[in-house]
Amino acid sequence: MNDVAVIGFARSDRSVTTSAVETLVPVFEQALAQAGLGRREVDFWCSGSSDYLAGRAFSFVSAVDAIGAVPPISESHVEMDAAWALYEAYLKILAGEAETALVYGFGMGTAGDLNRVLALQLDPYTVAPLWPDAASVAALQARLVFEAGLISERDMAGMTAVRVADGVSAVVLAARDRVRGRPAAWISGIAHRVDPQGLGERDLTTVPSAAAAAHDAGLDGAVDVAALHAPFTHQESLLRHVVRAGTYLPFETNPMFAAGLSRIGAAAAEVMSGRARTAVGHATSGPALQQNLICVLEGLEA
Amino acid sequence: MDTLSAPLTIAFDYTRSLGPVLGQFMAGLRDRRVLGGRTSDGRVHVPPLEYDPATHEPVTELVEVSSAGTVVTWTWMERPLEGQPLDRPFGWALIRLDGADTAMLHAVDAGSPEAMSTGMRVRIRWAAERTGHIRDISCFEPDAEPGKTPSEEPSRMPGKEPGRTPGEGPGGTPGGNPGWPAPLSQAPGDNGASQPVLIMTTPIRLHYRHTTSAEEDRYLRVLAEGRIIGQRCPACRKVYVPPRVCPACGVAPAEVVRVEDRGTVTTFCVVNVPFAGQRLTPPYVVAQVLLDGADIPIPHLVLGVPADEVRMGLRVAAVWRDRAAWSTTPENIGHFEPSGEPDAPYESYREHL
Repeated sequence: MNDVAVIGFARSDRSVTTSAVETLVPVFEQALAQAGLGRREVDFWCSGSSDYLAGRAFSFVSAVDAIGAVPPISESHVEMDAAWALYEAYLKILAGEAETALVYGFGMGTAGDLNRVLALQLDPYTVAPLWPDAASVAALQARLVFEAGLISERDMAGMTAVRVADGVSAVVLAARDRVRGRPAAWISGIAHRVDPQGLGERDLTTVPSAAAAAHDAGLDGAVDVAALHAPFTHQESLLRHVVRAGTYLPFETNPMFAAGLSRIGAAAAEVMSGRARTAVGHATSGPALQQNLICVLEGLEA
Repeated sequence: MDTLSAPLTIAFDYTRSLGPVLGQFMAGLRDRRVLGGRTSDGRVHVPPLEYDPATHEPVTELVEVSSAGTVVTWTWMERPLEGQPLDRPFGWALIRLDGADTAMLHAVDAGSPEAMSTGMRVRIRWAAERTGHIRDISCFEPDAEPGKTPSEEPSRMPGKEPGRTPGEGPGGTPGGNPGWPAPLSQAPGDNGASQPVLIMTTPIRLHYRHTTSAEEDRYLRVLAEGRIIGQRCPACRKVYVPPRVCPACGVAPAEVVRVEDRGTVTTFCVVNVPFAGQRLTPPYVVAQVLLDGADIPIPHLVLGVPADEVRMGLRVAAVWRDRAAWSTTPENIGHFEPSGEPDAPYESYREHL
């Protein structure tokens, strides 16, 4: 089995056009430069994005322009945060079908009415037709968390959303044989889980899917650094019960469908720089933390 | 830099098939009854689950619950968004109906946030016209008078309401009622219960502001002056119209190149099929036109020639609309038509097929 490491990361929290292609080109260049790889040395490309954010069909196809797909490349896409594209690329390398991969996410969260767009993530039969906005669903959770005594009245009053941004991010992965002494953050475990679809089906003051993902990713005890993807402040409190860390990297902007990958990239950067020996990158999907991915990273040569 | 941008609305009416469980749930709403699904642990889920999370078996036992319940958590929506249940400020709430073990999301028409509280009693306000859809629940309202009959929006179709007594039962008392939930022993069709709903329609309508890239912006502004430009890839030297990041090399376009408003049909199709929003009457021809000076063809209409005379290699010229109507849009060119030049040799466009 191949060991897999993060060897490059770059991001940009701005996106000029609806397609984001123009923003992806320099971010790819930065991530590959850090990884010490040329574009043609990437075996597999995998992206995460949402057509509903861009307001156009097959937006990920136009984003492939930024890669330069001649001669033909091996490419895939998830209609999710690009953290889940990283999961796919990780499996691709584990399976021996690629030795290197570039994972990228992009989204223009400000092109449309994001609160209405995100309503379409919810149950299409009984919930989405009511068009509940993400901030309201998160506020329903925040009140439960407050009334359970898990956050203070001041926290509740100050419940805020992390600023939504336009942005892109890119992470470069490599199998052990291709790391060759480069600074690397080794993925010791990665897993993702989802909670029941119905908002009333789960105790919203807990995040069982995050706990299950952490367990499956082999997270055992505290890590040096964690980068949590908590779009609303009360959610950071819930997630810190699941992921214990000496330092939590601040989450300052939320570029839709790129943010989760950026959190993994930020955690990996701490390990690659030597500032941390162990780290966790976390990604979520859904306004009430319905779906969660945990990526455990280590700096030690195995 | 402010590039050109324009509003964009996309809309589609999704039709969703309902399985046996949600089909009965929606049929119940049409009849002003709320059905929950009982799982193997005895819990009643509203909305019902299709499969039991513990046994993974299909959920088959549906039971009627009350149309009154208790707010589990809430938040206030000061400025409702398009499509939400109410167009005036309202409360979002998770509501546990009497007889149910899980809470459902809906809107509460409470007037002000001061009227909302966790634990408050609420009751369904039914839509006057019901189709077997979650929106058959118009919203919830504070249940000031426990035990009263459920309210309903004024009907715009008097006389169309079912004559049956709503399946209201003794609900409405906090703390639940021993009679709930009541098993639905009747087969669909009995006792006024109607047939399951098979399909529900969920209209999606979203609004965007589409923003152009710097290259697209320049292209459109020049087009408004009656000229066409491309841009050259600095790596492979190909000229792209409209200008774009080179899809072969993955690098931004550079040198701006003027291209002609005439060119060669590389390939084409005859449109014979009518569709919604069609502007021309079939048959007509949509072709790929390789403009002189460009390395990538653009799609456009080829008119002014019978469809069966359009051919690969046909030389065509742009027919511009009236100059007074020009703006920053490709529609400045109405269509292409034959230029009268001899056909281009196959070798001149072979690589574009």
